[in-house]
Amino acid sequence: MSQPANHQQLPEKQAMGPDKNIPQQWHGTEQEKLAARPSETTRRAFLFKLAVGFNGLVGLVMAVPIFGFLLGPVFKKRDDNHAWVGLGEVGSFPLGETRLATYINPVTGPSDGDTGKISCWVRHTEDDRFQVFAVNCAHLGCPVRWFAQSRLFLCPCHGGAYYEDGQRASGPPPRGLFEYQHRLTGGKLEIFAGEMPTLSNEACAGRKPLVQLETSAANEQGRPA
Amino acid sequence: MTDLKKSGLQVYRWFESRLGLAGQVTEMAGHPTPVSAASWWYVFGSAAMVLLILQVMTGILLALVYSPSASNAWPSLQFINHNLALGWFLRAMHGWGSDFMIAIVLIHMAQVFLFGAYKFPRELTWIVGILLLLLTLGMAFTGQVLRFDQDAYWGLGIGASITGSIPFIGGPLVHLLLGGPIVGGATLSRFFTLHVFVIPGLLLGFVALHLLMVLKLGINEWPMPGRIVRKADYEKNYQALTKSTGVPFAPDAAWKDAVFAAVMMLSVMACAWFLGPIGPSGVPDPTIIQTAPKPDLPFLWIFAVLAYLPPELETAVLLIAPPLLIGGLLLLPLVAGEGEKHWSRRPVAILMVTLIAVTLGIFTRLGTYAPWSPQMDAWSSATVPAEFLAHRKPLERRGAIVFQEKQCRDCHALQGSGGQRGPALDTVATRMTEDQIIRQILQGGGNMPAYGKALSPAETKALTSFLMTLHGHQLPARDASLGTMPQNGTHPVVPAIAKPE
Repeated sequence: MSQPANHQQLPEKQAMGPDKNIPQQWHGTEQEKLAARPSETTRRAFLFKLAVGFNGLVGLVMAVPIFGFLLGPVFKKRDDNHAWVGLGEVGSFPLGETRLATYINPVTGPSDGDTGKISCWVRHTEDDRFQVFAVNCAHLGCPVRWFAQSRLFLCPCHGGAYYEDGQRASGPPPRGLFEYQHRLTGGKLEIFAGEMPTLSNEACAGRKPLVQLETSAANEQGRPA
Repeated sequence: MTDLKKSGLQVYRWFESRLGLAGQVTEMAGHPTPVSAASWWYVFGSAAMVLLILQVMTGILLALVYSPSASNAWPSLQFINHNLALGWFLRAMHGWGSDFMIAIVLIHMAQVFLFGAYKFPRELTWIVGILLLLLTLGMAFTGQVLRFDQDAYWGLGIGASITGSIPFIGGPLVHLLLGGPIVGGATLSRFFTLHVFVIPGLLLGFVALHLLMVLKLGINEWPMPGRIVRKADYEKNYQALTKSTGVPFAPDAAWKDAVFAAVMMLSVMACAWFLGPIGPSGVPDPTIIQTAPKPDLPFLWIFAVLAYLPPELETAVLLIAPPLLIGGLLLLPLVAGEGEKHWSRRPVAILMVTLIAVTLGIFTRLGTYAPWSPQMDAWSSATVPAEFLAHRKPLERRGAIVFQEKQCRDCHALQGSGGQRGPALDTVATRMTEDQIIRQILQGGGNMPAYGKALSPAETKALTSFLMTLHGHQLPARDASLGTMPQNGTHPVVPAIAKPE
């Protein structure tokens, strides 16, 4: 690579050599001239290639921590994000009603502020039977609102509608509401939460397949402790 | 005075002998361009660049105060708006500047397309231009996130949900997008990094490349029918044209660019002054769910498309259409790099631009009032028009109450007020018989939920008898097979209503 460049320089050197106008000090020492001989360039070219290769190797090593840092959130294990969080006393969710509950996400950072707070809909169906729905519409994640009179969840974004048991009623959602896994511990309702539910990260931490909600199966999960 | 001039000249020479810029800049500014290209149609590219510089400057000023943390971003914007002298004006200029920049970039693109400027040898200039368009849209989206309000918070949720619908890698991608399992501080800071470092860096780099190519290849000549682009002789022909009709870009053409850019900046300032800063809307607290999130103007059309796509097509369209669209734009000059440039010889080009513009316009317009969304408070805020209650029986009036109470109004308008999700019901009884209305209410269908479980038989009866009074001045619909004619415009005589279970 460097050889053609050197060849181009050669005539210039020869032309500059005899120029009497240039002071003696600028003619270059014999040592310098010897070092600049083109025969040396093959070794330099080799060293250059070696240096580039060495740099590439160092770059490769450095890429590991850089991409490791960048992709950190991707490689985090599912269970690291999830935990059982309390929603409150069972008594605060009257039988037959659906109420909004709020919890602090189990994993929050120092600058999360209010965004660490997450809402969910709690439906108390029977004595110790509950359904806990993610507030996020299964279509595009907007917050669904409960309308007790018409017993529907409605989404403000694109008009998705769900029945009281979370099943899709109409509109663009491809499925029913996401449902959290829950349990009763010492008279308190707890859910297994920690992640924004989407079609690929379901609220129930992957323990249920992607299906429309089946009430019998959902109720069995809500066994009291 | 002459001394001052002399020393000034000396200072200039000191710098110029070291930089050697002035000569190059003068040469670049004066590069010859066909006189036909010194046109008012050729001012949009430079205006986009001037707007970019405006965005960079106002952006730097905003970054002096803005705090990119989920807990402080919203208050810091309020602080800029209300507590800093002219803070609101700076934010307004940045916000409106962004809308102007997108508009100008799109106009520039349409002009370049219609003038055939993407053809040989300017293919790469077009391709870099497409990247610039995508980066500009990327700036608009990330900028909207930095205005960390309710719309931004739920907008991120929409982004995450779309990402989550990608098969196999959707889950990890959501985490990469959000920087964690939920929308939060990490999400905002990575969008800040994109908006302030990554995308502007790429944008400025590609603008330089774009400009360099314009200088190297020359400004596109004004297309004329019959001036056909062939790879074999275009460059020779262009040089000949420039030789015979060339003028220096500056000042012959540049004055128009300068005037237009100044008008654009004045317009941005006027919008900022009279219309004020954009947002922030409500505080980004996810427990406040009384919100109807909406994206900014440049993305409203996507919001509308997402409402109209059938569920089974949505993922496929979302994942396949953008790569096809962007791929098509990138490949255009490689596929159609030769031939006629003039629009009169390229009817398909005109049709495409018109179709795309009309489509984007219609979807954007729909996005502004979102007729597909239920109007969440119509049931308690829009009253039943008095004329629909006058001279009605008690049962029918009771039905009007059921109509409001069961939130029917959220989706069905009466006399123009109420939701537009479902059809307006002012004359529903002329379209449907009583039986059909009952079936529709109880079983739903056609995008309407079933209300069988939410209505008692008595409520259904009342509601139906109210709806049957809504037939305007016409006779209500009746089932012809029953054979009983209505009498004096009153309700048709029908057999007993099926009791809902």
